[in-house]
Amino acid sequence: MNAVVVDGLTHRFGEVTALDDVSFEVAESEIFGLIGPDGAGKTTLMRLLAGLLTPNGGQIELGGVDVLADPEAAKQKLGYLSQVFSLYGDLTIGENLDFVVEMFQEDRAVAAEAKQRLLEMTDLARFVDRQAGRLSGGMKQKLGLSCALIHRPQVLLLDEPTTGVDPLSRRDFWRLLADLPGQGVTIVLSSPYMDEAARCDRLALIDHGRLLATGTADELAARVKGTMLEVVSRDLPAVSAALAGAAELLGETTFGDALHVRWDGPDAEAAVLARLQAAGVAVQEVIEIEAGLEDAFVELVSTGGAS
Amino acid sequence: MSQPALVVTDLVRKFGDFTAVDHVSLEVQPGEVFGFLGPNGCGKSTTIKMICGLLAPTAGRIVVDGLDVATQAEAIRARLGYVAQFFNLYDTLTVRENLLFFGGVYGVPAGELEQRVDHWIDRLDLGGVAGQRAGQISVGLQRSLALAAAVLHEPVMLLLDEPTSGVDPVARRAFFEVIAELAASGAAVLVTTHVMDEAERCHRLSLMNRGRLVTEGTPTEIRALAGGSIWQVEVAPAGRALTLAESRADLSAVALFGTKLQYRVAEENGTGAPEAVAEWLREQGITTGPPKPVRPTIEHVFLQVLRDAPEEQP
Repeated sequence: MNAVVVDGLTHRFGEVTALDDVSFEVAESEIFGLIGPDGAGKTTLMRLLAGLLTPNGGQIELGGVDVLADPEAAKQKLGYLSQVFSLYGDLTIGENLDFVVEMFQEDRAVAAEAKQRLLEMTDLARFVDRQAGRLSGGMKQKLGLSCALIHRPQVLLLDEPTTGVDPLSRRDFWRLLADLPGQGVTIVLSSPYMDEAARCDRLALIDHGRLLATGTADELAARVKGTMLEVVSRDLPAVSAALAGAAELLGETTFGDALHVRWDGPDAEAAVLARLQAAGVAVQEVIEIEAGLEDAFVELVSTGGAS
Repeated sequence: MSQPALVVTDLVRKFGDFTAVDHVSLEVQPGEVFGFLGPNGCGKSTTIKMICGLLAPTAGRIVVDGLDVATQAEAIRARLGYVAQFFNLYDTLTVRENLLFFGGVYGVPAGELEQRVDHWIDRLDLGGVAGQRAGQISVGLQRSLALAAAVLHEPVMLLLDEPTSGVDPVARRAFFEVIAELAASGAAVLVTTHVMDEAERCHRLSLMNRGRLVTEGTPTEIRALAGGSIWQVEVAPAGRALTLAESRADLSAVALFGTKLQYRVAEENGTGAPEAVAEWLREQGITTGPPKPVRPTIEHVFLQVLRDAPEEQP
């Protein structure tokens, strides 16, 4: 069964079409990622899924419930963690959790058990009496996650959950998420980070309100044209100059001590090396590397999904 | 050789009993993009604020372009550009008005101001929003505007504190192309980031933890610090495979990427070898594909270095 079904979803803000006929499905226990440039419509989509906005057209089904026909029932199926910290800074961790329990009018005994389990899972039990406003960024996210999970939702919506959070805390956060599919929770999240997107089972790339592509990270990366080469040299501007104008050159990106070159031709490695040698440019290394999700993102967005 | 753009020597900053910055020394050369990494709260932003002259050090010395921050703060201001972690321009002024204002404050000659503002509006793709209020444009464009405001006066030293937080990959790529150009024209750049693909774009990196610099080197040198080797294998069911892999003391950097399990092995032979680990998972009822080697990233090393650090405090 699909945990989320989005069909022909359209939303306008005045003259601006923020979402344009978007359709996709998310299977139960799947981790599904929404990626796309700033202003692509990701947050609008999240807010529509969360029932915070009413679409101009289309349908949304969460856990078998029609969100538009029965918003109250849909709310029970749903946990939502927004982009900005939206808990009460002057309440303690424990009080914030109790407050959410009251809001959802949960059975107290069941809720108490859920609260304890979440506090242990997130390792926040030791800090239960600390004010939420005085927690580190990583801990605030864990508390936000706990509040979103306390009523045992089937679908968890996470809008850019780790923006500004360091890699260590981000890894901790993802470790918590990894256990949820096993408990029957389906996750839909948006992220500006491609290393985070790579952790999702499947992705949807959105731009200008339209769905450009869906697939696994590998499937999207496979859509990048040409061969990706990494050229390491002390004189990257010379490398760039020597390759400029080649018909096979699809693009290049500068890294600290390396240039990533996308080359559309046979024997890419040898061809690039020969061209650099002919121009008298010294390089330490030319190796083929795999195109990443970021390369796919940039290419699909610049071609409007045509590649 | 020209003098360093920035020399920080034995910098210390205490807040009460807490030492936020603990004897930090570093140098950034003209033309260099220097990446400053570390967990939240490790002291990166405090260091940057002291370099900007926004916060006085408890001890130590900061020299920008040959001038001492403690005694020549005014002269240094014209040599520094700063993009703060949070948007700090005027919401109610338009994009263009913000640039004219900041250019004036930082002493851009009046005769050149208009031309430079036009140049950066064009270079950073702000043309479409030049007449809009800064508070109403997207986060990505706000970051571009903040960068433009920081470079109008052609600073010797550019300080960027998480300049691309929340910015999408296309805009981030464009942002770093501009940074590379500024460096190529001689500016020194110090940038903090949590995004490891940005770290890869720096010439040199330093990792800070608990107020101290713990590792420094080029991206290639840092990657070479990764111990053992990292492998990736398709697994099902993924959640159980993750828990099993975590139960083994001989595996580290265990993480799940969709249906792919990553792990670091310390040895290439015996029960801890990559293939033996996959075989062991199969014995536990996990379906696996063949393990494939994964190139270590800056993040792997980052996590490895911090792994033994004491637990995070709230």
